Amino acid sequence: MSDITKQSLSELVKNIKEKKLSSKEVTKAFIDRSEKSKELNAYISEDYSSALEKAKKFDEKPNLDLKLPGIPMAVKDLFCTKNIRTTAGSKILNNFVPTYESTVTQNIWNEGAILLGKLNCDEFAMGSSNETSFFGNVQNPIDKNLVPGGSSGGSASAVAGQLTPITIGTDTGGSIRQPASFTGIVGLKPTYGSCSRYGIVAFASSLDQAGPMAQNVKDCALLQEIISTYDSKDSTSVDFKRNEYSKDLTKNIKGKKIGIPKEYRVDGMPKEIEELWQKGIQYAKDCGAEIIDITLPHTSYALPAYYIVAPAEASSNLARYDGVKYGFRAQGENLIDMYEKTRSEGFGAEVQRRIMIGTYVLSSGYYDAYYLKAQRVRKLIKNDFDEVYKKVDAILTPSTPSSAFKIGEKKDDPVSMYLNDIFTVPVNLAGLPGISIPAGHDLKGYPLGLQIIGKAFDEQNILNIAYAMEEKIGFKNKINDWWIK
Amino acid sequence: MSKVKSEYLINRKDNQYEVVIGLEVHAQVTSESKLFSTSSTKFGAEPNTQVSLVDAAFPGMLPVINEFCVKQAIKTGIGLNAKINNRSVFDRKNYFYADLPQGYQISQFKDPIVGEGKVILDMPEGQKEIGIERLHLEQDAGKSIHDLDPQSTYVDLNRSGVALMEIVSKPDLRSPDEVSAYIKKLRSIMRYLGTCDGNMQEGSLRADVNVSVRAKGSKDLGTRCEIKNVNSIKFMQMAIDYEANRQVDLIEEGKSIDQETRLFDTRKNETRSMRSKEDAHDYRYFPDPDLLPLEVSNEFINKLKSEIPELPDDKKKRFIKDFKVSPYEANILVSDIDTAKYFEEVVTKMGKNKDIKLAVNWITGELFAVLNNKNLEISQSPISSKNLAILVNLIKNGTISGKIAKTVFELMMDGDKDPQKIVEEKGLKQQSDPKALEALIDKIINDNRQKAIEYKQGKEKLFGFFVGQAMKASGGKANPQLINEILKKKL
Amino acid sequence: MSIDLKTIKHISKLSRISVDDQKAEKLAGDLNSIFKFIEKLNELNTDKVKPLTSVAETTLKLRHDEVKSKDIRNEIIKNSPQDNEDYFVVPKVIE
Ligand SMILES: [Mg+2]
Ligand SMILES: [Zn+2]
Repeated sequence: MSDITKQSLSELVKNIKEKKLSSKEVTKAFIDRSEKSKELNAYISEDYSSALEKAKKFDEKPNLDLKLPGIPMAVKDLFCTKNIRTTAGSKILNNFVPTYESTVTQNIWNEGAILLGKLNCDEFAMGSSNETSFFGNVQNPIDKNLVPGGSSGGSASAVAGQLTPITIGTDTGGSIRQPASFTGIVGLKPTYGSCSRYGIVAFASSLDQAGPMAQNVKDCALLQEIISTYDSKDSTSVDFKRNEYSKDLTKNIKGKKIGIPKEYRVDGMPKEIEELWQKGIQYAKDCGAEIIDITLPHTSYALPAYYIVAPAEASSNLARYDGVKYGFRAQGENLIDMYEKTRSEGFGAEVQRRIMIGTYVLSSGYYDAYYLKAQRVRKLIKNDFDEVYKKVDAILTPSTPSSAFKIGEKKDDPVSMYLNDIFTVPVNLAGLPGISIPAGHDLKGYPLGLQIIGKAFDEQNILNIAYAMEEKIGFKNKINDWWIK
Repeated sequence: MSKVKSEYLINRKDNQYEVVIGLEVHAQVTSESKLFSTSSTKFGAEPNTQVSLVDAAFPGMLPVINEFCVKQAIKTGIGLNAKINNRSVFDRKNYFYADLPQGYQISQFKDPIVGEGKVILDMPEGQKEIGIERLHLEQDAGKSIHDLDPQSTYVDLNRSGVALMEIVSKPDLRSPDEVSAYIKKLRSIMRYLGTCDGNMQEGSLRADVNVSVRAKGSKDLGTRCEIKNVNSIKFMQMAIDYEANRQVDLIEEGKSIDQETRLFDTRKNETRSMRSKEDAHDYRYFPDPDLLPLEVSNEFINKLKSEIPELPDDKKKRFIKDFKVSPYEANILVSDIDTAKYFEEVVTKMGKNKDIKLAVNWITGELFAVLNNKNLEISQSPISSKNLAILVNLIKNGTISGKIAKTVFELMMDGDKDPQKIVEEKGLKQQSDPKALEALIDKIINDNRQKAIEYKQGKEKLFGFFVGQAMKASGGKANPQLINEILKKKL
Repeated sequence: MSIDLKTIKHISKLSRISVDDQKAEKLAGDLNSIFKFIEKLNELNTDKVKPLTSVAETTLKLRHDEVKSKDIRNEIIKNSPQDNEDYFVVPKVIE
């Protein structure tokens, strides 16, 4: 089969289970395409030879009861992988090789998947365009010099460019959904506490959540069912009854009440986004859902609150990168000098900027005015959702206020960069699940996504809605393999 | 008992100053594993061999709290007569240091697990109540070693993440003696509870000492200085003495006192400023997002209450009431849980016809002297409570004299020998046969006829001479009471 | 409100990131525009709102007091930029 990399996860699993394909064939196909796709810069580290080794081993004694039998996949380089360099896109972890495995990736390997390599991302997941990575920006397969979004930009680019059949990213303020939207793929940010944070390089602990990225909703559901487990090693992991999301998937969403929040109609939003949203509403109706106008009054305060909470937590989470135990160290005359040089040379500009913001809002005299205030606003935002969920089952919004932009376009204007996450951030602040599905194109042919936000732990419901709408939308990504010569 | 004045005042020309002291005691929680990780807390291991990925703050590592440490903190709170909070919060205290791998210490800032309480001190002039402000749980840091290499500092993270209880007193202490009594009392309570071993040499108990001075009688608090991390009572007392005098001197010179962190230099016996700590004094506390608030139900607390053993104050009351010991003796017996335990074992093992007073004398006299000499804890006593009880009984029932008992006691130390056996083997049994003693005394009077005459003529002092001769002749075994009676009759 | 260079230097000290004058200028500019955007929160009166610190819908679970980690000194130390087999080694600390 020549078109292996075009197959969805479900097709690949089926073909391997029916012995129409071997793990080695599949693995080799994705490696070959990855090798031809260096220009996308989706990978930070490749592990091809041991991937082939593992595939061969799998084929010798295939366990076809597994959910990901011999399926190769690359993962975001924010997940610690045992004996494989893990950088978080940062110079400060350039040479860091963990001796341990994150729970989420372990869950994946336990189901038979094989690691292809580690995917590029914004440094410490701080960014919306994958331009802050120490390992260079990532190209969007949609068009040359187009950002793939961020921070899971390498992951989005790798799935859209078919370098990996599926992947996982992390989402702190939109880092799965925004790049999914920019590259025309499906990305799910699960409920906070659904997937373990153990072994994931932390950005903002109260917001970070790992999630699946895939070409379609069904693949996404399958991966979610694998990575979502209770983990006693993460004190914020929630022990709730998890569905078999892919098995329980249904397109029957008749009678589901879907809310349309008027506050997401923001100033300056391109007409195409509004049109996409209207189309989405129509699709939902066509699926038998009931559309209800709702209000989330504190929406516009979410982003400012986020830019206090996330940097505050990050400033503390990133204090451990001090040149003492692991990672990069600059020479210094004494300990303090070593610290200051290490962190100044080891962190990129955006990370330093956020550490500074976080340090400032926590510092004495400013804590109440900023940090505590933001936590109170966070409560108001959560209250908004709680109130709305008394009336609706899910909420439908655009995923982003625009389509993908050019590399360099917003690099020097942090605030306009931050505004990218205006629709995704409230979901993180409230700890809710949200999924972005590709729903159309703008005039340039760039993909646009719709976001479905669910109640806490109601992943199944938003997956179902996404599944039903996906069929109605019939999205086809416009990728011409421009980077393959 | 007469009142001994322990008031501590600093006198300068016409002015008298009193010192106001508050203590932040760091007590290491007795537990197998660390507060947020599963590595061992054992003392004395090779450097960095008890360090997990969590303790060394590897990327993606997360804290998971140890239930036993929570229970230990609550028990200690109960022992301090304190309010246990149903909800407490772990915060991050952010600062950079080589032995602080996370770049922050997980501690409790706004909402500690234990609130206000009190302890009672037995001072010479009577009891004094010291207020407890709070007790919170936090992580210990690692250890920086500065003297192994001229260019470098070495870091050992074995201690990193070990659970500490920080016990903060109200500024109720007024003298180095009260500080000593306070530390000893805290130590005693925690050892009774088994929540901290109180071993100051191993650093299980250390304190930050806040010192300020003010004119005697003033109600205002002066500017305080915090002396960091003092790890012996003697050093605390010396540091307070030095620091209080330093502050008084500044006031007398019309200078102001800077609120600052100081270090006690044990070689020079003085405190000095730690300026390097000053610029990083903004700790940016905020609730640790890796942890949720710690919630404990009343049932949970009540269950722990039911497990609290008898504490020193109650034990003291009972000893006085049941054993008729003096308050002074009771204090000595209860201050250390192992002493109290030893004493109670002796009492039990003495059986029905016991002489508690005698037992107390032997424990606080001979036994303490030996322990002191050999630098041993009572738990390591070379003489078991069982054998000491037998020895006291041998004296009580007249088998041996008190003097012979001292000889027996010496012999017992070699392998905790049974005193009964020693008495038998060495034939040390007291001679109480009147006939034999009469014969012995007749011979002595005969041999010292001249002295017997002098005694009869009124030189009464010579009675002692005859007693001594009789004891000597019996090899010390003669029953002294009988000797007395017979001599009086015969002379 | 405006963040001046002195404040930038102070925060950089707290966060142990060295900042020269040029970098401080740039940071001051960036932070001021970000905080201008953040000031929007002042429109809200939140005096009666309880701050939300975690959205995890669970209570803190307590683990048993068991030693599970072994001696992994080699593993712990091998990633460090400088060590002497037993210790992490850092440039001299000046008190
Ligand atoms: Mg202190
Ligand atoms: Zn402390």
